[in-house]
Amino acid sequence: MIILLVLPIMMIILFGFGINTEVKNSKFAIYDPSNDVATQGIINKLNTSEYFTIAETVNNPSEIEQIFREGDVGFVLVFSENFYQNMLHTGEAQIQMITDGTDPNTANTLVNYAMALIGEYQRELMQISHIPFQIQPEVKLLYNPGMKGAYNTVPGVMGMVLMLICAMMTSVSIAREKELGTMEVLLVSPMKPFIIIISKMIPYFAISLINLASLLLLAVYVLHVPVNGSLVTLGLVSLLFIFVSLALGLMISTIVETQLVALLISGMVLMLPVILLSGLMFPIETMPLALQALAQVLPAKWFIEALRSVMIKGLGFSSIMKEVIVLSVMAFVLIAASFKRFKNRLE
Amino acid sequence: MLKYLLEKEFKQFFRNSFLPRLVVVLPLVAMLVFPLAANFDINNINLSVIDHDRSPYSTQLIQKIQSSGYFRITDVSSNYKEGIRSIELNEADIIIEIPNNFEKELINESKAHIMISANAVNGTKGGFGSMYLLRILADYNDEIRRDLLQSPAQLNIPSFQIIPQFWHNPGLEYLVFIVPALMVMLLAIVTGFLPALNIVGEKQSGTIEQINVTPVGKFTFILSKLIPYWIIGYVVLTVCILVARFVYGLVPIGSIGLIYGFVSIFVLAFSGFGLVISNYAKTVQQAMLMMFFFVMTFIFMSGLYTPILNMPPWAQILSTYSPLKYIIMTLRMVYLKGSSFYELLIPLYALIGFAIFFNVWAVLSYQKKS
Amino acid sequence: MKVITANNITKRFGSFTAVDNISFEVEKGEIFGFLGANGAGKTTAMRMLCGLSKPSSGSGTVAGFDISKQSEQVKANIGYMSQKFALYDDLKVWENLKLFAGIYGVPAKEIGPKTDRLLANLGFESERNTLVASLPLGWKQKLSFSAAIFHNPQVVFLDEPTGGVDPVTRRQFWELIYEAADNGITIFVTTHYMDEAEYCNRVSIMVDGRIEALDSPKNLKQQMGAQNMDEVFHQLARKAKRN
Repeated sequence: MIILLVLPIMMIILFGFGINTEVKNSKFAIYDPSNDVATQGIINKLNTSEYFTIAETVNNPSEIEQIFREGDVGFVLVFSENFYQNMLHTGEAQIQMITDGTDPNTANTLVNYAMALIGEYQRELMQISHIPFQIQPEVKLLYNPGMKGAYNTVPGVMGMVLMLICAMMTSVSIAREKELGTMEVLLVSPMKPFIIIISKMIPYFAISLINLASLLLLAVYVLHVPVNGSLVTLGLVSLLFIFVSLALGLMISTIVETQLVALLISGMVLMLPVILLSGLMFPIETMPLALQALAQVLPAKWFIEALRSVMIKGLGFSSIMKEVIVLSVMAFVLIAASFKRFKNRLE
Repeated sequence: MLKYLLEKEFKQFFRNSFLPRLVVVLPLVAMLVFPLAANFDINNINLSVIDHDRSPYSTQLIQKIQSSGYFRITDVSSNYKEGIRSIELNEADIIIEIPNNFEKELINESKAHIMISANAVNGTKGGFGSMYLLRILADYNDEIRRDLLQSPAQLNIPSFQIIPQFWHNPGLEYLVFIVPALMVMLLAIVTGFLPALNIVGEKQSGTIEQINVTPVGKFTFILSKLIPYWIIGYVVLTVCILVARFVYGLVPIGSIGLIYGFVSIFVLAFSGFGLVISNYAKTVQQAMLMMFFFVMTFIFMSGLYTPILNMPPWAQILSTYSPLKYIIMTLRMVYLKGSSFYELLIPLYALIGFAIFFNVWAVLSYQKKS
Repeated sequence: MKVITANNITKRFGSFTAVDNISFEVEKGEIFGFLGANGAGKTTAMRMLCGLSKPSSGSGTVAGFDISKQSEQVKANIGYMSQKFALYDDLKVWENLKLFAGIYGVPAKEIGPKTDRLLANLGFESERNTLVASLPLGWKQKLSFSAAIFHNPQVVFLDEPTGGVDPVTRRQFWELIYEAADNGITIFVTTHYMDEAEYCNRVSIMVDGRIEALDSPKNLKQQMGAQNMDEVFHQLARKAKRN
């Protein structure tokens, strides 16, 4: 029982801190045969940013491989000779960025951040040198200027955890009654099936509210994710989602005969698609169309989007109308289908 | 004695309608679907264009952005407010706003401004998107400059090339990164959950008491539970390797024998872990929840999808206690770098250590007598 | 020869004393009934004798082996039938027999023929390939008993073996018990059906964890002036605090 209250807390802490695609104080090494104003300028630009920290200076290109084997360094910058002169006059100045491609995501991120900083350096240089016809871009990062990974993943984790717990709890509890045979007893009693079902769901609804509260508290105070929008809107859409998840658990329980299978289905079969396709970790837009279509069927996908809109973007109810409608329809369909199955069972 | 127990385990396994199919179908489906979805690539970024200038320069710029292939123009707004609305509704990911008199100012006053606003809820995506735009902008800037100047060389415009080099994976193939991670995840799920559920199931049905009252020793009993799942581990691994080979063309540079060898030790260790959990769980639900928690933790904390180096120090320390960390390390090293046995000694010792630790714990914590 | 001895065996769970200082002896070939109401401590006592649970104090021997210090040897020499008739539901009738026979060390060559004889004896021949899950309760019960004595143990412990079956099946079951006893197997059976007490050589009656009576049914009825064991039990149970 306690597990049901503690598990969400542990999960959000784990995922919030664990899933991290950010770059911070990433160590790098340099091989700089030129050692001039330009190379120093670039190295400095990288070093003083919060993303990178210089760790080592290599005196010999043959040492580069060794540095990688030791594994501490994110990348190695190799400057060509006479960098400053070449940069101004011949256009043959080169910077090689050597990084381990095993993890393409990290490699790409490192390269892009570094390139952005070096690009900034180049623009500053142009300004100082009064190069004419300069377009000066201003970049604003909306909603998450610090580019914190948690802003993206935490709503995702909240959705996943709530759905998992609700679906699992409800499906297992009802399946247990089936297995023990007590369901038969209830159904034979004068209580309407509707009342029986609702009474099964209410305790888990209450637990989910507690979970929602604790998840939010952790998100805000431990993971530093803001709630920029209205708490009321957030609460309402969360309640809707909890309802959908409970209904999903209900649906599952009508399909299974034993607790074990209920657990397996809600735990494993449901979980993998949610982690993969709901937009929790991987952006849906870049998936093949078939998978994108599949993603639309997951309630979690809609909830996570709504959550991001309200929490991070600070939007109001009118902006999440689409998600609210979809979730409501899903709730209705799931409950209707479950009841139909229940009635069949009785007949 | 062991042979009778093993016979029973295998018969029960195959008679179960769900499990044998799960063991083959789950890895199959996961290996086919997961790599398609798991992708941090950024492309097809939705762009909202606000062009107050509508000059040849601004139009050319927009065309250049469009032809870069990274962006899709999904919204054209007449002011910033409208543009922001498209971001709010997720119709656009990034706004580029070109001010009035952009062209005139650039030509006459030698500098002009452009405003880029990116949705950074997904920080990486926002960052990447704006960086791509900036790069295109810089290129375009060079083009205009060359047009407007007679002899650009005189000015000594600083220019240099940045050439990234990706070792071990020059094409930055994402598959090669994610397929081993997926294999490990599948192995962990199957060989972690199933033995645990098996024993707790026997506890609940009472058959475990029947075994406890026989002369079957703790060690024999645990072994009889371990061996079938060891074999199942091989099955899962083989399905994964076959899919990797025939669907994705992924072949390990190093030796497959090493892979099978290390995975066997890993499965022993992780099944042992599952058995330990089952010794402490009284109901199937408890076992499931506990396993679920641990398996999730291990999967996300072991460097499968996000590098350990990025995690806060306490998480990095935690990760050293995860068997998954060492097996994923091994798989990647063998697949990508063709590492030899001697280079894999650290993960080897760690995995053997885990195998011994968990299995001894499983035997010791098994209560034949209460 | 004393096949079971119990000396002041006590079992405490925290502050609750489930079994309170019981002592008795069982002779070879006896059918010894261990009676009492639900919650009186019968199952707990039996589990200690089988080596499934450690006594809080006191000692005992089964088949000559100490139940606390030599529990594995005890197990090798006994048979056990639990309240749930724990057989493997997803194994066939003959597979269950083979499994338990093999575990108890019956030589492989003997298992097949003995299984055939046993099934013939029970009239189960046609069901040898049926999964236990599909068997009616009475058959599971008989099968469970057969599995427990397959390896010819010195003692067989039966925990409420006739729960939930009809009177005819119960009678048949007791025929099997008689047969086993005739073959030299000592029977230790717990039950809360007082009429079954009549079938035993001697019975003990547990109340609130203590043995309040220990003798043959005939003697007990005489002592208490009762017509049947039910009455004997009622007289003793009136003192009970647990139920």
